[in-house]
Parts: sequence; C-alpha cells; structure tokens
Amino acid sequence: MDKVQDNRAWFLIIPVFLIVAFSAVVPLMTVVNYSVQEIFGPGQTFFVGTEWFEAVLKDERLHDALVRQIIYSLAVLAIEIPLGILIALGMPGGRSAKTSLTLVLLALPLLIPFNVVGTIWQIFGRGDIGLLGATFRAIGIDYNYTSNSAHAWITVLVMDVWHWTSLVALLCYAGLQSIPPAFYQAAKIDGASKWAVFRYIQLPKMRGVLIIAVLLRFMDSFMIYTEPFVLTGGGPGNSTTFLSQYLTQMAVGQFDIGKAAAFSIVYFLIVLLFSFIFYTIITRTGEGEKK
Amino acid sequence: MATIQFDNLGHSYHPHPTKPEDYALRRLSQEWEDGKAYALLGPSGCGKSTLLNIISGLLVPSEGRVLFDGLDVTRCTPEERNIAQVFQFPVIYDTMTVYENLAFPLRNRKVPAADVDRRVRQVAEALDLTADLKKRAQRLTPDAKQKISMGRGLVRSDVAAILFDEPLTVIDPHTKWILRRKLRQIHEEYRLTMIYVTHDQVEALTFADKVAVMYEGAMVQLGTPQELFENPEHTFVGYFIGSPGINLMPCTLGSDHALVDGIAIPLPDRAVSSAGGRVGGTFELGIRPEFLELTRSGNAGAIPVQVTGVDDLGTSKLATVRLNNHTLKVRLSEEQEIPALDAAIRFPTRWTKLYRDSHLVG
Amino acid sequence: MTLTLEGVAKRVGAEQHLHPLSLELQPGSFNVLLGRTLAGKTTLMRLMAGLDAPTAGRVLENGKDVTGTSVRHRDVAMVYQQFINYPAMTVYENIASPLRRQGKDKAEIDAKVRRTAAMLRITPYLDRLPAELSGGQQQRCAIARALVKGAGLLLLDEPLVNLDYKLREELRAELREIFADGKTTVVYATTEPQEALILGGNVTVLHEGRMLQTGATGDVFHTPASLECAQVFSDPPMNVVDAILTNDRVALSDGTSLPLSAHDRNLPAGPCKVGIRANHLTVLRRSERLVPVKGKVALSEISGSETFVHLRHGDSTLIAREEGVHSHPIGSDIQVYADPDRIFVFSTAGQLVAAPNWRRGALRNIA
Repeated sequence: MDKVQDNRAWFLIIPVFLIVAFSAVVPLMTVVNYSVQEIFGPGQTFFVGTEWFEAVLKDERLHDALVRQIIYSLAVLAIEIPLGILIALGMPGGRSAKTSLTLVLLALPLLIPFNVVGTIWQIFGRGDIGLLGATFRAIGIDYNYTSNSAHAWITVLVMDVWHWTSLVALLCYAGLQSIPPAFYQAAKIDGASKWAVFRYIQLPKMRGVLIIAVLLRFMDSFMIYTEPFVLTGGGPGNSTTFLSQYLTQMAVGQFDIGKAAAFSIVYFLIVLLFSFIFYTIITRTGEGEKK
Repeated sequence: MATIQFDNLGHSYHPHPTKPEDYALRRLSQEWEDGKAYALLGPSGCGKSTLLNIISGLLVPSEGRVLFDGLDVTRCTPEERNIAQVFQFPVIYDTMTVYENLAFPLRNRKVPAADVDRRVRQVAEALDLTADLKKRAQRLTPDAKQKISMGRGLVRSDVAAILFDEPLTVIDPHTKWILRRKLRQIHEEYRLTMIYVTHDQVEALTFADKVAVMYEGAMVQLGTPQELFENPEHTFVGYFIGSPGINLMPCTLGSDHALVDGIAIPLPDRAVSSAGGRVGGTFELGIRPEFLELTRSGNAGAIPVQVTGVDDLGTSKLATVRLNNHTLKVRLSEEQEIPALDAAIRFPTRWTKLYRDSHLVG
Repeated sequence: MTLTLEGVAKRVGAEQHLHPLSLELQPGSFNVLLGRTLAGKTTLMRLMAGLDAPTAGRVLENGKDVTGTSVRHRDVAMVYQQFINYPAMTVYENIASPLRRQGKDKAEIDAKVRRTAAMLRITPYLDRLPAELSGGQQQRCAIARALVKGAGLLLLDEPLVNLDYKLREELRAELREIFADGKTTVVYATTEPQEALILGGNVTVLHEGRMLQTGATGDVFHTPASLECAQVFSDPPMNVVDAILTNDRVALSDGTSLPLSAHDRNLPAGPCKVGIRANHLTVLRRSERLVPVKGKVALSEISGSETFVHLRHGDSTLIAREEGVHSHPIGSDIQVYADPDRIFVFSTAGQLVAAPNWRRGALRNIA
C-alpha cells in the first residue's frame, strides 16, 4: 500500500538524520577506520590491513572471554525465559487493584540503574555487612564471591535473574492477555488438562512476545558490562570477565585502539549472527501460520 | 442426547436486580425436546448469548435451574455436561494437524487409540475433511476451521448437545450456504440436539426445527419457522422475521372489525371473540407484506391507497403505499401490474392479526 | 461532481489488483460497486478517494486531472465498515470536526451538525462518546460526519456489513432517502446483490479485479453481459445448465427440453449454456407452459418470506424458489417447474446471447 508522495516530509527527517549521522554513523566509520590502522601517535598512522583482525581472532584470552560469555547468555536465557513465563501464568488478570499492584512490583527491578544493581548485590553478598552473606555465614556455608569463582558466577547469574526476569514476565503477560477467552472455554469443553492448555494454546499464542523476549535478553546479556563489573570487577582472576569488559580493558586499559576497534567489529558481528540464528529458529517453528 | 429443561431460569449481572430491565435473561420455564435443532434468534443484547452460555455451563445463572434429562446441571461445568460449542471465530489448536485437533477431546478422555482413529475418520468424512487430515490446522480456510471446531464436538459419542454461537460470522458470504447445508446434513445424520445463536433470520429459519425469538431478555415466541412467519405472537416477531417485517398500524376496536382512522378493516373471528369485552391497552393491526393484497379500487373490500414507490428487487417487487399517513409495504411478484391511479389494498382475514400491547389477540 | 476514471489500474508487485477500467460517474448519481470479497472494490474506492495512486490511467474530478493529488486536497468523504469515529470526542464534536477544519463559524457549525444529526436520527446522542453507543449508532455518527462535510464525492465501503440484519434493512432504507436529494455523487460498495437492487441507481460489477459490466441497476440485472456477471449479480446463484439449441427447442443436458420463446427464437443452433434464476424455477405450477424438472431435496433455505429449495438434479444442484415458509425433508423427491420464457442463453464462452424481455421503468416515485 504505497501512500501518495508528499516530499515535504523529507525535510522533517533531516534533523534526525544529522543527529544519527553525528552520533552513530560517523563514530562507527571511525572505528572501522581504526581497525585497519596501527596508531603510534597523532598523525602517525599506518595502514595494516587485516592484521588486527588476525590478532583478535588468535587471541586466547578473547576466546576464553567468548566462551564465558556464551555460557553466561545461555544460562541467563535458560533461567529467565521459563521463569518469566511461569510468573506471567501466575499473575492475576483483569482490571483490579491486585493486578495493578503486581505489575508495579514486577516493574521495580527494571527501574534501578545498572550500577546501583551491581552495588546492591555487592553489598548484599558480603559476609560482614550483607544480609545474604551474613545469613550464609550464620548457617555455615562458606560463601565468598570475591575468592570463589563458582560463587561469583552464581551471584552474577542470580543478580541478572533478579534484575531482568520481570521484563520477560511482563512481555509474556501481555501476550497471554491477548488470548480470547473462547480458546480457554473450548479447551475446557474438550476436557484438556492445564498442561495441555499451556502447550497447545498459551505457548503457541505467546510466540510473538517470546521472540521479542529472547532477542532482547540475549542481546542485552551478551553485551553486559556494568553489573558484573561493579559486583566482581571481572574476578576472581578473570573468571567473570565477559566480552564487553575484556574489550574495555583492551581499549581503555591497554590503549590498544587498533585491536580494540577490530574486536568491536567482530563483537558486533557475533551479536548479529546469534540474533539472526535465534530469530530464524523461533520463526521457523511457527512456520506456515496463516493470518 | 438430552431433553433440556429450563426451570424458572433467569440471569442478572446486577447483584440485586429489582426491575425487569436489570435482567439479561428474564424468567423462563420451558422444555426442549431431544435431538431437535433449535435457534435462538434476536438482535444484539437480547439475551441469546447469555442463554447459550447458561446452557453450555460457561455461565451460572443467578436464578433458577437447568436440567438435562431431569438431572440438575445448573452448576456443572461444560465437560461435565458433555456439551460441545462452536464459537464465532474458529477455535483450533494451531500447532496440531486436523487429525490431532479432532482426536484431542477423545485423547483427553483416555479413549483407546483404535476407537479414536475410527471416530475421527468418521467425522472427517461427514464434514468433507478427509483430504485435509494430515495438514496443519492453521493453514486452512476459515470455513474449514469452523468445521474442525464442529468436528471436535461430533467425535464425542456421548455429546449431549452442540451449541453454535454465531458460527458463520467470519465466513465469506457466498460460501455461507455451503456450511449451512452441511450443518443441516449433520443434524439429519447424527440427530443431536443442536442449539444455534444468531441475529440472521435466514440462518435461524434454515437451520432450525424450532426458533426461539428473543427480545430484551425475554423469549417472545418459540415455534417452527412457518408458525413464526404465518402467526407471529408478538409484534417483535412480526418485525424481526421477514424482509421487510410486518406492517403495523395503530387501531381501535369496532364490533367485529378494526378501525384505522375510521376505516373499517375486517378481523378474523378468533381475534374478535378474544378481544371482545376487555377494554384497555393499545391495539395494533398487523399484516405481512406478503399477504397484503394490492388490487384496484372498486373491488370488494378494497381500500383506496396511494402508491408512493416501487422497488424492483430482481426476483420480486416491493410496493410502498400510503393509507392516510400510514406507510405500508406490499410484496408483489415480478409480473404483477401496479395500478398507478386507482390502487387499493385488501386485508384477507386469514392473515390479518390484531395485537394488544404487542401481544397477539386470538 | 463528475468523477471520471480513464483506464485506471493497480498493480502491486506481481499481482494485478485492478485491471484497467474506465468509468464515469454523473454528478448526484448513486453508484453501487458490487463484487465478492477481494474483487477489487476497496482498491477501486481508494483510487477514487486518492488514498492510493493508480499504477496506470488517470482520475479526473469535474474534468480536472487529480491523479497525483493526495486525498487531503480532494473533495471526498469516506465511510468504512468498521465504525470509525474519534474515540475521545463526543458525537457532536465528531460531526463538527470536518467543519472546524474548514474554518466555518460557530453558528454555522452548530446548525449543520444538528441538521445532519437529525437526518441520521442521532440527536439524542450528541453528548455521548462513541464507545457508549451501539454499533448502529456509531455508524450513523460516522455517516453524519462524512455527510456534513458536503463533499462532492461520498464513498461508503460496505458500511452496513457489521450490523445486525434488521438494522441493516432500516439503515439502508434511510440512506436511500438521504441520498435521494442528488447533491452528492455517492459510491457504495457491497457484496450483496440484494442490497444493490434495493439501493438502485447504477451498478458496476467487479470480479477478480475486472469490471464486468456497468449501467443502470435494473439493466445490468436483467441483461447481464456475461455468465460471470450474472453469477456475481444474483443471490441465490443462477442455475446454469449446458444445453443445445435446435431450431425449435432448447435441449438441456439432462434431457429436459424447453420450447423456444420470443427472445430466443431465431438463434443459430449449437451448444450453449442456459441460465435460469431461482425465482423462475418454481415449486408451484402456475401455467401449463412451465416445464417440469425432477430432483431430490438437498436443503430448504428459509428467508422469512420465501423458501429456496436446493435440489440435486443429476450431478448438479439447482435452486428453486417457493413463496412462504416451507420445509421439505432432505432427500425427498421434488418436482419444480422451469419457465421457458425466462431463460438466459449464453454462449459456451459465457457471453450473453439472449435475455428474457423485461419491462424497464421500475417505477420509483409515482403519484
């Protein structure tokens, strides 16, 4: 359905166009530029072709960080998506005070600034002044996220689940609310069990929102930086150093701009690839849907 | 199969109803035969969907009882009542094939696989779905999907009644009659009690053995399509059935006739004897456009009128005539001549009806 | 206004939604677009309104080429099948909105709004919000808003399809009266042949993106140019049987033979298709002239005042009409009678060869 042309609309877009160009396109091109240069100082740049890219791809520490990151993102998805669905299923529907209250409570974790989230959990988990840490100590568990990698991992994961599951839950709730009651009535009449109702009616009808939830959570968790940085600083050692933190170390810490630029581009492409895979898998499972 | 009985049934969405208007469904006591096709016909908000949901068990009435074969099922759930329902839009399980959709109710009831297969194939055959059994239900056309919805009700051998809530709403107009015919065939074959809710008179009259016309929560008349057409017991029935509906004119009573603006119009004997003596109430004279005769003035019993318009409906003609300031419609066959100047109408007593306060007299 | 379409067509990607057609609508005329769903009615209306641009051809208003002009600059109003009103405005505000945009003064707006509301019989609801009204009332509000604009062209896209049967009847009769003043050129899209006949005026029959025929409604109905057109413009569908014309009879494929009448005599002999409308296939034998046809009842479709009997005849289904309400048991034998004076003869390719005589001049307003 093409609309009749009205060229004056183009003029309205120019300001936005300029801002996007200024803040996104030009910097992106700059990064691409840096990724193929060796920079010794201002004015002393040499074109090095794909050298940085090769260095990035051979970097062992980068491989480790990538593996850690993938495990992390998959774990996050594996916990948050089902948990979010469960919460959505349990939420009250309709327009009541109970519903509004539940929605507000669910939304609270999403409103907290990321570094505050990290700080909350950092304090929470401390053995001396943190509620959680002190409780563990009291019941005899030797919990220390600063020295024990496993504990650090678990703490980071739990923090993320605490922070972001609400998003999945809210999205799924919206999806569930759009199912016409007739479907539930028909299922009742067909004698379907609750599990059957979930599997054959609710889950298929939530496909749209689940796609959004999975993509959002994947992309965000793959690029996560602030919360684990504040909580563990990447430690103990580099057991919780994920990709974006490694990138920052490279670019800001070691001032290896060329390598960092190349890494940024590779990072971007990885995110793009995985997102594409997820999207294709999910839309493929619902193939043949007629409007 | 079940005879359905309504015992002082009523429903109000208000916690403390006081007036008749508070009721979505007004007091109803009736018995419906087993194995017949019933239609609930009426405009939006007349209470037909409320009654249907009470019958199916999706709604518990605020007053009275519903009985199936003498058993009180008022508080039973739909599956306890063995009811099947087809909704306005096709309700199918998207992820399943047609076969699995039809098998679903049986599998939930732990019916052995061999029986499931037999029943599913039988019903698919009856609904012309055999070719589509392996296909994903989601890919079919809306009318095929509605057939699947129907099929899920038919597979259950113990189903007491199948309820239809305006099922042809999403169907393309020129394929509607295919489904209508299929519904009728299914009814003939299975002889199940079928209850059909609609606001379309053609659907109701084609489908049902008996039609219940509903208006503002009350069941105004229950009868065969012929009875509703030839003998409407309420002016609403006269208005709602037939296209256009019944002609109505306010009148007063003479000795054995009605008086419209002083013009005498003969009444059938039944009406005269029933009306005689009782005073009070608003009287109206009614006759359907199909029965009102158009003739020339000068003939016996002819009342002169002015013809103000004629519509060519292709297969028939509809003449609009004026009697003083009353507008009446007369349905004529294609070939019938319409006198331009000396037109007159005649009211055959057989088809002339008298109404007091909207109810038929006699 | 005079709306002229010259060879307009609409192509979307690889699909031709509308094949080139030309149409001229006279000022003040009432024009019905008749066709099944997806026949191209909405596409054509959008081209008339200026919501879409045609991929070929020109659109002219009163002789002026407006093909590229956006709808904002055109003199058009439109009513849709989903009752579209501004949800946050009262009915009064809704109806007044086009006038406010035109910059009229308060007194004039008030007078026009009230007059239009009275015409559509929604004066008691002027202070309500659309959500508080029933479907019929909402649509009346939408129609009022379209009318009050005083546009030269008013387009209605199946406006009554979402309303109850009876409401549709009533509103249809009212609309006819409202548009009878002949000030606006009206285009009304519908899928129902009955509606086209009741509304009258002119009709343009569309089928699969093609214009099959256009002309006065009575003419097109009684003299369809092709079998396709006859089928689209009939409800119930026209009965069609293969036949062979000889010098003195029409022999139908099932063996029934009909005598020739005034309109189909003197036609060249050969194979053809015979069409007969349901109301000329009757259950009652009114005259000796009528030819019996046997069949088995498949369905009785009751429409209040008349019954349509679907009967199996050989391996086809015929539809016959019966007055009043009658129920025939499914599977029973039935005999219906065909009127040889009323058959349509089409060539095997579907072109009209002979149509029964009919008297034009269906009197609209006498006295």
